[in-house]
Amino acid sequence: MKCQRILAAIVFAVLGIAVSAAPSRAADDTIKIGYVDPLSGPFAATGSNFLKVFSYVLGIVNAEGGPLGGKKYELVTFDSKLQPAEALIALKSITDQNLPFVMHCVGSNVGSAMVDAVSKHNARNPDNRVIYLNCGALATELTNEQCDFWQFRFTANVDQRAVARIKTLPKSVTSVYVMNQDYLFGQSVQKATVKYLAQYRPDIKVVADELVPFGKVQDFSPYVAKIKASGAQSLVTSNYDRDLNLLLKAGNDAGLDIRYDVYLAHQPGGPTSIGAAGDNRLTSVMEFNDNVPAAENNEAAQKFVDGFRAKADFNFIPLDYLTMFRMLTAAINKAGSTDALKVALALEGMKMTDLMGDENIMRAEDHQLLSPLREAVFTKSAKLDAEHTGLGWKEEAKLTAADLTLPTTCKMKRPTQ
Amino acid sequence: MDVFIISLLNGLVYGMLLFMLASGLTLIFSMMGVLNFAHASIYMLGAYLAFETSRWVGFWPALIVAPALCGLLGAAIEVWGLRRVHRNGHIAELLFTFGLVFIIGRSVQMGWGMLPEPYRVPALLDFPLFTLYGLQFPAYRAFMLLVSAGMLGAIWLLLKRTRIGLIIQAALTHPDMVASLGHNVPQVFTIVFAGGCLLAGLAGVIGGNYQSTEPGMADAMGPIVFVVVVFGGLGSLAGCFIASIIMGMVSTFAVVIDASVADALRPFGIALRADDLLGEILTVPVARIGALLPLLMMVLILLFRPRGLMGTRDT
Repeated sequence: MKCQRILAAIVFAVLGIAVSAAPSRAADDTIKIGYVDPLSGPFAATGSNFLKVFSYVLGIVNAEGGPLGGKKYELVTFDSKLQPAEALIALKSITDQNLPFVMHCVGSNVGSAMVDAVSKHNARNPDNRVIYLNCGALATELTNEQCDFWQFRFTANVDQRAVARIKTLPKSVTSVYVMNQDYLFGQSVQKATVKYLAQYRPDIKVVADELVPFGKVQDFSPYVAKIKASGAQSLVTSNYDRDLNLLLKAGNDAGLDIRYDVYLAHQPGGPTSIGAAGDNRLTSVMEFNDNVPAAENNEAAQKFVDGFRAKADFNFIPLDYLTMFRMLTAAINKAGSTDALKVALALEGMKMTDLMGDENIMRAEDHQLLSPLREAVFTKSAKLDAEHTGLGWKEEAKLTAADLTLPTTCKMKRPTQ
Repeated sequence: MDVFIISLLNGLVYGMLLFMLASGLTLIFSMMGVLNFAHASIYMLGAYLAFETSRWVGFWPALIVAPALCGLLGAAIEVWGLRRVHRNGHIAELLFTFGLVFIIGRSVQMGWGMLPEPYRVPALLDFPLFTLYGLQFPAYRAFMLLVSAGMLGAIWLLLKRTRIGLIIQAALTHPDMVASLGHNVPQVFTIVFAGGCLLAGLAGVIGGNYQSTEPGMADAMGPIVFVVVVFGGLGSLAGCFIASIIMGMVSTFAVVIDASVADALRPFGIALRADDLLGEILTVPVARIGALLPLLMMVLILLFRPRGLMGTRDT
């Protein structure tokens, strides 16, 4: 009896919360974005860093006036735990609350599920459609075979990053060891790396092409022994977070004397783990870094970087995210509402100059952003450091959006208007 | 050959770290029948406390302070937590330690943030001990071996050669008899639980800068430690030692093997391709699935010898 009463109390409490949380849509001067990313578990560092980035970026975009004559963006956050199933539950909640946009950055496996679920939802509920703003599910497949009208990817995909990575390898490198994580993203990078190595640098020999279990390896020393035995000059890897940190640590411990030409070493936690041992040996391919504005004498960008360093006490990388919200604002203004179909059509083919004065294009055929990428080396001589390590990213090469415009195999199904 | 010797050393270092973690867990289990889910969380806490202590007073005091703090925390958990829920049986105890995992994990995230901490090897030990086939073997890894071997000896002496060890062993099998002889059995329990946590803390101090000190480290080490304890036999310290070394070696050597099961079958005239039945699994190189082998071994031992390598009971 007592149990039942408690149960009833819980049920009513939950219902009460649900009712009170139901959105009051009338006279709302905010535009809510459902944001789904890992905020707990092993990959929470990345998610919580992105939250800081978005809070800063949205502050700026809102201060610039915001869309539809002064409406403000507001994030409604959901924890994906890097699990597709969790992300889909979040998506259900987002569509139940009639939020017009769902944004997600971490994990191609989650992104893949998201593209599919958003597409199905929009087909079944034409009066409650959402747009999926993909800010970091990088597997190229998502804008090739799996491309969908409702997904817009606002950051360079795996193939674009691979082209930038391979083209910026120094001429002196003649043999590389390729290592990636054994899941959708890592395999996508593996394919792209090998393909573009053969295309742009046929002089380079791939001495090993290895997949490592995702997030399971506790000590990379045996891999380091293999790398040493292979005699490679450079390790090309898309490992990130713990899988990269432990790999670099094991390499340092063993005194492995090679270049680390990495895809994602600039992600939060990377610089801390590597520390001084990475000086002039570690390179990464990124959208932007704190030392770019000074190098290009761009005062507005310098102010932007300084502002983030003052507010979040951290270095800033994902400049695409500012471009993303500026594009979204322009699209909403052009559409005159947050109606998903109108905004999507307005986004297609949109051109926008980013903070550094480079042109970015949202390609209409596959909804992939064409934007520049920069290759930078981790060095003591950088002016602004990363994560209080005393070392920072110094740009060595830049590839423009035109350099990174690759063909797509996307055959997009477009909604009938 | 060169890769073989280096892998042997690395496997030994990793195996001994596993043993430091698993020994505390198996000690607590054999004594109290409690499978402490929060053991890896204490390991993480040990690493963070060591990092914090070493920032102020250096690594060497941290080597003492952090495990001691973990031991005190363990005692507090036992006295004010476990002892209360003990009345409600083992399920309640399991759930209690399971809850601790989340509390400790969340506290660490709130206290130190989500990013890895720059917990580095002390300058005194930050040099290559020797160079083998062009690869350095860091002095710190030798130090880890030394500490864990010292710990192994100390536990063995304590349990087998001292009076308190005698009482602990007696309380393990005949708690009522030990109590009627005038010994304070609950206090013995507290000492064992605190001791187990102290060992986990010590493993954290020397494991935190061998791996990286970050909020994910408990989740990463938790499952493998349970695998070691189950494989070695619940409650057996000797089995735990053997299992740790085996797991360390397996994880290390699997990486070096680029052949697959299909390659091993080829000399016998069986040619498998990826599109055959089960072919996709059998043609995967061992290196790619190396990290899963310990789990596979646990499943096999549970099927064929449920008590584990050296376990004494079937529960």
